[in-house]
Amino acid sequence: MDKTIASLKAAVADIPDGSRLMIGGFGGSGAPIELIHALIDRYRETGSPKDLTVINNNAGNGSIGIAAMIKAGMVRKMICSFPRSSNAEAFNEKYLAGEIELELVPQGTLAERIRAAGAGIPAFYTPTSFGTELAAGKPTEEFDGKMYVRERWLRADYAIIKAQLGDTLGNLTYRLAGRNFNPLMAMAADRTVAQVGNLMDPGGIDPEIVVTPGIFVDGVVEVPEPQQEEALVRAGVVY
Amino acid sequence: MAESKLTNAQIAWRAAQDIEDGAYVNLGIGFPEMIAKFQPEGRDVIYHTENGVLGFGGAPKEGEEDWDLINAGKKAITLKPGASFFHHADSFSMVRGGHLDLAVLGAYQVAQNGDLANWRVGSKGVPAVGGAMDLVHGAKRVAVVTDHVTKDGKPKLVEACTFPLTGVGCVTRVYTSLAVVDIVDGHFVLREKLPGMSFDDLQAVTGAPLHLEGDPADLIVPALD
Repeated sequence: MDKTIASLKAAVADIPDGSRLMIGGFGGSGAPIELIHALIDRYRETGSPKDLTVINNNAGNGSIGIAAMIKAGMVRKMICSFPRSSNAEAFNEKYLAGEIELELVPQGTLAERIRAAGAGIPAFYTPTSFGTELAAGKPTEEFDGKMYVRERWLRADYAIIKAQLGDTLGNLTYRLAGRNFNPLMAMAADRTVAQVGNLMDPGGIDPEIVVTPGIFVDGVVEVPEPQQEEALVRAGVVY
Repeated sequence: MAESKLTNAQIAWRAAQDIEDGAYVNLGIGFPEMIAKFQPEGRDVIYHTENGVLGFGGAPKEGEEDWDLINAGKKAITLKPGASFFHHADSFSMVRGGHLDLAVLGAYQVAQNGDLANWRVGSKGVPAVGGAMDLVHGAKRVAVVTDHVTKDGKPKLVEACTFPLTGVGCVTRVYTSLAVVDIVDGHFVLREKLPGMSFDDLQAVTGAPLHLEGDPADLIVPALD
């Protein structure tokens, strides 16, 4: 078994129009910027993929990454907890013009919906959002004297994520706070591709430190010395 | 005559005095983050941030930021010895699972029954909720730091919130620029007030009745930069 993908281009080649796409990261930390940009390159060359539903904590920042996808017109809908970042003009303009949909999900509920999908749990109850407008229309139930809101799992067709170490079986580790949503999304998508800073043979990663076991990962592509999204935003880079 | 109201730093200082040694604490983005600066000497407090870090310290020096190491406000942080990383579902298990001792948040309005409104003020613009709705559930204590009134002088402690709710019946203590107020059985109980202010004057800028359980203590805070 070897899950290595030779190029970024090949890694994103089969994501179809209309997909539900999870993109790892929290702000710029742990964001798979090279995979996102490869997807934008494909869209510019071929017109696909378009009409995407993108699942991420945020809705892009600056003029790179998810913001550049939105600006390019690839994204029909965002599912996120906090679209209002410091430089979120790309999303804001489309949203206020009615050109992009938003499903706003509390951050912990977003994480748990993704985890539930990966774990085969179609619905669960959480106290989060009870009595607020974000619970409108959702079933509620009392357990042990406290009220809870029923939430559904959140699955995706594809996930693109960023890891630090990876091996050819798809085992992954992450870097610092760049872990965030990446391990959850790896579990919740039909097909998960990870960009890894250092691709190793099986055995290269101590089994004791594997964070995402390879069973959750379908493809790995090596991106040595990856770019950091926040650093690019601060440098004013436009993609 | 005492100062007419506390600064944000002074409110943060007062809130910091109540955080016990060994507490696990989440500080909301913005004003509440200031509380970490006033942690009393000799107390170990472990700070949690929603994006998956426990045991972080202050900001790194300018130019030494590693943008993979940030807090929920997307600011660069440092790590203290004994820090740990975890994914988002574990992070919010710490929140909803009742493992945090304290969460401190900002507020647009707090109601006398403990309802909190702090995520949006109307239906215009781009809505964004982040982790606020999760943080108000699960921490053993949920406190608020806030000015006592809005910029145009309206009470922020109210009978019922008029802005969209973040959570129902979740707040247990409010530290304001004028007072420390607990929420007990559906009403405000005044614990401390600025010594230079009369009860009646404080009640006049509070949108719901302030109850007393004995005399309120003087709210005395050192002058801070």
